[in-house]
Amino acid sequence: METIKLKIDGKDVTTTKGTTILKAAKEFGIQIPTLCYLHLEDLNIENKPAGCRVCVVEVEGRRNLAPACATECTDGMVINTHNIRVLNARKTVLELILSDHPTDCLVCAKNGICELQTMAQEMGIRELHYQGEQSHYREDTSPAIIRDVDKCIMCRRCEMMCNEVQTVGALSAVNRGFMSVVAPAFEMNLDHSVCTYCGQCVAVCPTGALTEVDHTNNVIRALADPTKTVIVQTAPAVRAALGEEFGLPAGTLVTGKLTAALRRLGFNYVFDTDFAADLTIMEEGTELLNRLNRHLKGEKVALPILTSCCPAWVNFFEHQFPDMRDIPSTARSPQQMFGAIAKTYFADKIQVKRENLVVVSVMPCLAKKYECQREEFATDGNPDVDFSISTRELAHLIKQSNIDFMSLPDEDFDNPLGESTGAGVIFGTTGGVIEAAVRTAYEVQTGKKLENVDFKELRGMEYIREATIDFDGLPIRIGIAHGLGNARELLQDIKDGKSHFHAIEIMACPGGCIGGGGQPLHHGDSSIIKARQKAIYEEDRNKAIRKSHENPYIIELYEKFLGKPMSDKAHHLLHTHYFDKSKEITVE
Amino acid sequence: MGKYNMHVLVCGGTGCHASESETLLQNLKTEVLEHGLENEVQVIVTGCFGFCEKGPIVKIMPDNTFYTEVTPDDARVIVEEHLIKGRKVNRLLYTHPETKETVADSKHMDFYKKQLRIALRNCGFIDPENIEEYIARDGYEALARSLNELTPEQVIEIIKKSGLRGRGGGGFPTGLKWEITRKSVSDIKYVVCNADEGDPGAFMDRSILEGDPHSVIEAMAICGYCIGSSIGLVYIRAEYPLAIERLKTAIAQARDYGLLGEDIFGSGFNFDIELRYGAGAFVCGEETALIHSMEGLRGEPTVKPPFPSVSGYFGQPTNVNNVETLANVPPIINQGPEWFSTIGNEKSKGTKVFALAGKINNVGLIEVPMGTTLREVIYEIGEGIKDGKKFKAVQTGGPSGGCLTEKHLDTPIDYENLIASGSMMGSGGMIVMDEDDCMVSVAKFYLEFTVEESCGKCTPCRVGNKRLHEILDKITQGNGTREDLDRLRNLSHVIKDTALCGLGQTSPNPVLSTLDNFWDEFVEHVVDKKCRSGQCKALLQYVIVPENCVGCTACARNCPVNAISGERKEIHLIDQSICIKCGVCMEKCKFNAVLVK
Repeated sequence: METIKLKIDGKDVTTTKGTTILKAAKEFGIQIPTLCYLHLEDLNIENKPAGCRVCVVEVEGRRNLAPACATECTDGMVINTHNIRVLNARKTVLELILSDHPTDCLVCAKNGICELQTMAQEMGIRELHYQGEQSHYREDTSPAIIRDVDKCIMCRRCEMMCNEVQTVGALSAVNRGFMSVVAPAFEMNLDHSVCTYCGQCVAVCPTGALTEVDHTNNVIRALADPTKTVIVQTAPAVRAALGEEFGLPAGTLVTGKLTAALRRLGFNYVFDTDFAADLTIMEEGTELLNRLNRHLKGEKVALPILTSCCPAWVNFFEHQFPDMRDIPSTARSPQQMFGAIAKTYFADKIQVKRENLVVVSVMPCLAKKYECQREEFATDGNPDVDFSISTRELAHLIKQSNIDFMSLPDEDFDNPLGESTGAGVIFGTTGGVIEAAVRTAYEVQTGKKLENVDFKELRGMEYIREATIDFDGLPIRIGIAHGLGNARELLQDIKDGKSHFHAIEIMACPGGCIGGGGQPLHHGDSSIIKARQKAIYEEDRNKAIRKSHENPYIIELYEKFLGKPMSDKAHHLLHTHYFDKSKEITVE
Repeated sequence: MGKYNMHVLVCGGTGCHASESETLLQNLKTEVLEHGLENEVQVIVTGCFGFCEKGPIVKIMPDNTFYTEVTPDDARVIVEEHLIKGRKVNRLLYTHPETKETVADSKHMDFYKKQLRIALRNCGFIDPENIEEYIARDGYEALARSLNELTPEQVIEIIKKSGLRGRGGGGFPTGLKWEITRKSVSDIKYVVCNADEGDPGAFMDRSILEGDPHSVIEAMAICGYCIGSSIGLVYIRAEYPLAIERLKTAIAQARDYGLLGEDIFGSGFNFDIELRYGAGAFVCGEETALIHSMEGLRGEPTVKPPFPSVSGYFGQPTNVNNVETLANVPPIINQGPEWFSTIGNEKSKGTKVFALAGKINNVGLIEVPMGTTLREVIYEIGEGIKDGKKFKAVQTGGPSGGCLTEKHLDTPIDYENLIASGSMMGSGGMIVMDEDDCMVSVAKFYLEFTVEESCGKCTPCRVGNKRLHEILDKITQGNGTREDLDRLRNLSHVIKDTALCGLGQTSPNPVLSTLDNFWDEFVEHVVDKKCRSGQCKALLQYVIVPENCVGCTACARNCPVNAISGERKEIHLIDQSICIKCGVCMEKCKFNAVLVK
């Protein structure tokens, strides 16, 4: 690599050719402000349209200012990042953005965590010298995501996520000039688009233009209703991220405090989605082995089997690969398995009528909001899961309820739906579902006990991974993809008959659920996602039981209620079917 | 062409076409046939003559008789008088606006005297739909020479030596661009002809494509040979149906003649051309936006580098040249770079086509050597300001150019001088304004265009131009303040300094140049609340002249907003805070007692 020398703000700087001014400056402790720029290192995600123009710097000899994010350093460059010309331009540009932005910050969902607000504060903007007409658009509320695009600043991060990373294609820039905005085609609503509700657009939106549909008030109302028994399930990735909302470093596990907080909020029972994850393994693992063994006998079966616990992923193939909808496992997601068991087995157990039992889920995910509203997951109009709130919404709920999170004691989940294994925990990260499945499938298939349950070959952050696991002489080929764009590649291979896998795990969000659209905002720092992953594996390591089929309450559930995996009852409660949604896209 | 004694050339450019030149053509042909002249006289349709002000144009060769504003009914008189009897039809000849004398032929018309037509050499001279006429004018000779006698490097050297620079606005050296694209390593490369021509009022590219499409095809093939590309793409706006049709015809003819396709001139070089249609967005004339549009993406620019020469259409090296630039290429190869470089001045070689418009006597398309002064263009070729009014400003470079004044009239027109004067070459729009034009309104008018045409990608252009326009509007409404003038200036500088592409970086030019050159006028608007040219309606004041008012009450009775008070036989008074400046009072007053100021 060629080394070049340049000067930034009077400092001699050495860097490699091809480095942007932004990166070179950062290496030397000069933080040039950015707004549209986003770089999730190691996840291959970068957005640098050079559109906001906040990061402009002066390059001596150049006619105009250069965007630091998209200008490569050259040898001998002399750069000023904060002289009066640059500061005036930067502030003016920021004022221009603000002049076309609502000023209802105090009641905005992003108040306090808005990158535009933070920047205005840091840049000392106290007056807008350029005011005028503001652009207005129709508000769009979908089952999971609210688009309040009056607040869109055209950073295009969401568009990049939706098109380049997820290859969904629901969002792109429409209109021209002052009315330019990011929207679904023909400015239709999201629910008329191919949106999967993965929420990655929300996860990267710097302002309040994209937010989740807030269900905290529904939860508060349910909790206040004396006729209702309200129970809660919390997904594995939540415990690895919730602490960030209370100032704890990323990757701090707060399982005990989370449980304590939920109890103080007034939930009658505090359960764990991990329990349902164990249940998922029982069903999905059995389905995998069924298909595998039939395949080994020479029958024609759909292989590879694809995991189905990610609702955004389900939406994705229903929209984009509807002809392949017989390939994914029919097992419902842990959230829905939990709901189905809670409103039957558990409701019976505590003698509460279905309609008086409210199931709330806390999820790192926005697609879960849509999933729990799917008609097939309701009985007589009563949904198995009533409300799904995100990690962020839970943090708000805790703060609203005057709970001093940091001083809470560690508490345990309630039983029976709160007991889980390490296998259930790792559902929260990419590679985790398939590792959990392997732990169980191996023992069921071979009849042997695993010496070591850590399948390190399945772990990591590579967007597409593959490994072959030796099932006592039988090589099982496994593929893993996170991020829907990567999933598309594997799916296309299957379609083209090029796939050699037996099983594939897919999670829609980069990093898996730990990087979900409902998690505390990472603001472009991918080390946060990696720290959460570490925490998930730590929780797994500390669990007494680490294989789903050894969960005593799962064993009891099958003995007393379901019979065996894939039984008729299990089928009815724990499995689903998929729809062809390719024709649902309509233009009004 | 030799077997005919006379040729009747009928302009088939879009302007004349719209004025029934097609019917005129048919009538001329019928008349020629009826008079049995079909073996003596050839009637053909040509491309644009440039003198669009006076279309439809008919030119008789070999005597260069130049008939203007010819109607289809004039066909008979032209045939009977001119072709048969040899007498020119006086009433159809061009009349000098000042001397009122008729001019017998084009060689003596001021409009053509100072022109030097290289890019437009065949426009208005040959039948664009007949490849043989192009070939007869040395067409495809440059391609043949390039393929058979010269290496690509040698051709590039010729173009470099000629000093040809991009005519689309940027002025980048064409030979250098070709060289960079040649050096980019790739199996697939593209030659793109930028025929998006988004400047309102500019139509040189359209005229070339309509009048001489083969010159562009030939140049694209030469470029392909030089950079190592076998695929040419013409990005042309769909609003140019005639140009598209002529181009399609020309491409088909070139294929028939083996001038496009495989193994051209037995050289082993393959080249063919496809068309890509644009939807008419101004920003798509910017080459990265153009490429995105061709790829089926949103037409918006991206940061350069990488330049298209390195990574363009679908990531492959792509050489983008504008139509006029390409039209210069064959003559350069045929007549040598030395010939070309003697035309023009030090840094700007050759000629430039301008679309002359506005308050000028001769509106049309002209081609002059670089270095010609604005005065020569406006007063000699353009024959001065319409209706004897006073020249006020000339706006060059399209909507994002600047307004130049009297003091710039002797500036030689070239890339550097225009930029130094606060304007630019652009694609060659040239709009002349007279004393009736309000410069604040002019700036506002251009901003309106850039606001409309901004792609919306970068903040300064998307929001900044909108704010500029709002401030200008506020000033024309009479609500401007001195602070607004400071704001205009600062914002303009910031937009120029921070916008992503050429559109945004130049869009404040009309504001800055009018602020610089017409500062007093701005101050008048914001301080005195006056518009000296009377264009800003909100700044007008209707007042009663006490000496003339007889108290007839006609004004008061007719005022729609009851802004006028006064008793019978007493002097009336207009309340300015109520007046809506409709002008009814002035209209109704029989005693010249209402004055507008």
